[in-house]
Amino acid sequence: MYRYDEFDARFVRERTEQFRFQVERRLKGELTEDQFKPLRLMNGLYLQLHAYMLRIAVPYGTLSARQFRKLAEIARKYDKGYGHFTTRQNMQFNWPALKDVPDILGELATVEMHCIQTSGNCIRNVTADHFAGAAADEIEDPRPVAELIRQWSSLHPEFSFLPRKFKIAVIAAREDRAALRYHDAAVEIVKNAEGRTGYRVWVGGGMGRTPYLGYVVGDFVEKPDLLGFLEAIMRVYNENGRRDNLFKARIKILAHSLGETEMRERVLREFKEIKAAGYLQVPEAERARIAAYFAPPEFETLTDEPLPTDGDLGRWIANNVAPHKQPGYAIATISLKPIGGVPGDINADQLDGVAQLMDDFGLTEIRASHEQNLVLPHVRQKDLPAVFARLTALGLATPNAGLITDIICCPGLDYCDLANARSIPIAQEIAKRFADLERQEDIGELKIKMSGCINACGHHHAGHIGILGVDKKGVEYYQLLLGGSAAEDASIGEIMGPGFGEHEIVDAVDRVVEAYRKLRQPGERFLDTYRRLGMEPFKNVAYGEQLHAAH
Amino acid sequence: MPLIRNGAVAEDTYVTVADDAALPDGAVIVSLKRFRAERSDLLARNHALGVVLTSDQSPETLGPDLDRLSVVVLEFPKFRDGRPFSWARLLRTRLKFTGEIRARGDFLYDQIAYLKRVGVDAFELPPAITPELFARALSEMTNVYQPSADGRETISALRG
Repeated sequence: MYRYDEFDARFVRERTEQFRFQVERRLKGELTEDQFKPLRLMNGLYLQLHAYMLRIAVPYGTLSARQFRKLAEIARKYDKGYGHFTTRQNMQFNWPALKDVPDILGELATVEMHCIQTSGNCIRNVTADHFAGAAADEIEDPRPVAELIRQWSSLHPEFSFLPRKFKIAVIAAREDRAALRYHDAAVEIVKNAEGRTGYRVWVGGGMGRTPYLGYVVGDFVEKPDLLGFLEAIMRVYNENGRRDNLFKARIKILAHSLGETEMRERVLREFKEIKAAGYLQVPEAERARIAAYFAPPEFETLTDEPLPTDGDLGRWIANNVAPHKQPGYAIATISLKPIGGVPGDINADQLDGVAQLMDDFGLTEIRASHEQNLVLPHVRQKDLPAVFARLTALGLATPNAGLITDIICCPGLDYCDLANARSIPIAQEIAKRFADLERQEDIGELKIKMSGCINACGHHHAGHIGILGVDKKGVEYYQLLLGGSAAEDASIGEIMGPGFGEHEIVDAVDRVVEAYRKLRQPGERFLDTYRRLGMEPFKNVAYGEQLHAAH
Repeated sequence: MPLIRNGAVAEDTYVTVADDAALPDGAVIVSLKRFRAERSDLLARNHALGVVLTSDQSPETLGPDLDRLSVVVLEFPKFRDGRPFSWARLLRTRLKFTGEIRARGDFLYDQIAYLKRVGVDAFELPPAITPELFARALSEMTNVYQPSADGRETISALRG
């Protein structure tokens, strides 16, 4: 994985000291909260409902065992003994004290970590396919490109006070595991007709109050031109994005009000100027230098063996293990969605336990996925039983990856200042309702995504079943959306109708799922059945008895 | 309010003139609106001239007149409005403006290093920022990752 050289290390160290001075001025009252806010946000520090929340950057979701141990240490020393993985592959601590934050940053710097640009109206921490480097279907590892973007965007002098936040994702496979079309901009590594590798660049996706899918703004950007092309997009956005209304400030609004043709023209015009000036070409040597850090581990020469299918191990393998490009290896997902648990949470002992497992099985890296799970990208198939046993002991062997209880969920009103409704307790109730593994497996791939407000941190627009918490005169209601997808078949979910009460929503989901089980044709996922039949048959059953009530 | 020019406290030799005030002798700075209304008179004076651009005014609208200006003032209505960063960058890199680019208005200590990088070389310091703090702001980060208008070598170039 990427290792800091002296320049990266110094940069992060100085950035920590810079932030220490900002905190000092805030504590002395030299900075108002209004002035401090954008500064702390650019360092991942939010002021939440009960306390500050610190969001730690995990660039493209990749972590080492050493970093895991440091996160465990921070969880114990500065927080309440646990952390939370977010839908952008980052880690959040919910209870740090402001005065401790510079020291936490100092600790993070010792393991090449930081909180730079995990929040604020700047280019956010870059995300990538969590199967990078292991997926059978990838053209190349997308992380060197993500790292290049990370460096270019770090403390960018021109683009640190944008109209709104800006999120970039990178993938290199046909299967989209990074929700490409829901990003402000995205880079898809592709091959052109001549077999040359380059970039298809997307713009204008986003969730929130007004969801949009991104569209292609650059069909094939050549390798040395990528940063110049992204800079062109950023400049068009910085100059033209709306600043009069927070809710219309994302690039999706600009991109969709200008339209594809005009947006393309503006970006290309800007890109031509940048290319002519010649200042942002990335030479092959620099790309190769970064790519070398992401060279795959030295794989042993192994062959694919039939994997165990019996018992708990067999189930875990069937649900949580994916094919690897290297014979004899496998990709294992560690679900952070135990039935009745908080999606994405992990405690300090589990962090340490996973780090030890990595060391013992020669696993140099682990990934955080946008689905709030962890991924061991390079496990020897023959080690799977032992890895499973170890995960079982850690309480991390829930065999539900991609199933209905593998729910994406924002922190909601239990933590978040913006939320209108609780989301974690509802997710827990749904998971309990569908806890029966046989039923889950029969239902198959079904992605439930849930947010406690329209900001959509829980990606509800992109859920096969999405749930949105709203507040109506002090009472929490839950709207149901069907038919969304964040994958390569991306779509925006459709709202079913009036919301459900907190005691009705789980039944409603249950009825919708049972309708699917009756209506599906062989091989159809929930999403496929919905797309074939539309909202009607699901809406007809979802409201149950309520259908005749006041709604 | 101290003026910092090229890193040092400097005397402000310009007078910023309101749109309805009479022009004094000597170097003046006027709004874009006044510049457009009185363009030929202003250019005919034998004094240095500056124009204020508000954050919604791109320097590209000045066209060839830019060469006749000695100062372009970029005004921050609110520190969160980041458009002046792009305007400065355009002035230096694309429009090759070699005169003074001056930051005015509501900018923060923490934006000074960014402003310098995109090509601003004069700062009308808000009351909270002393010249000592100004110097400190420029010393916080030794190296940079991306090229900008200041021509500094990037980390990638330093790695050689």
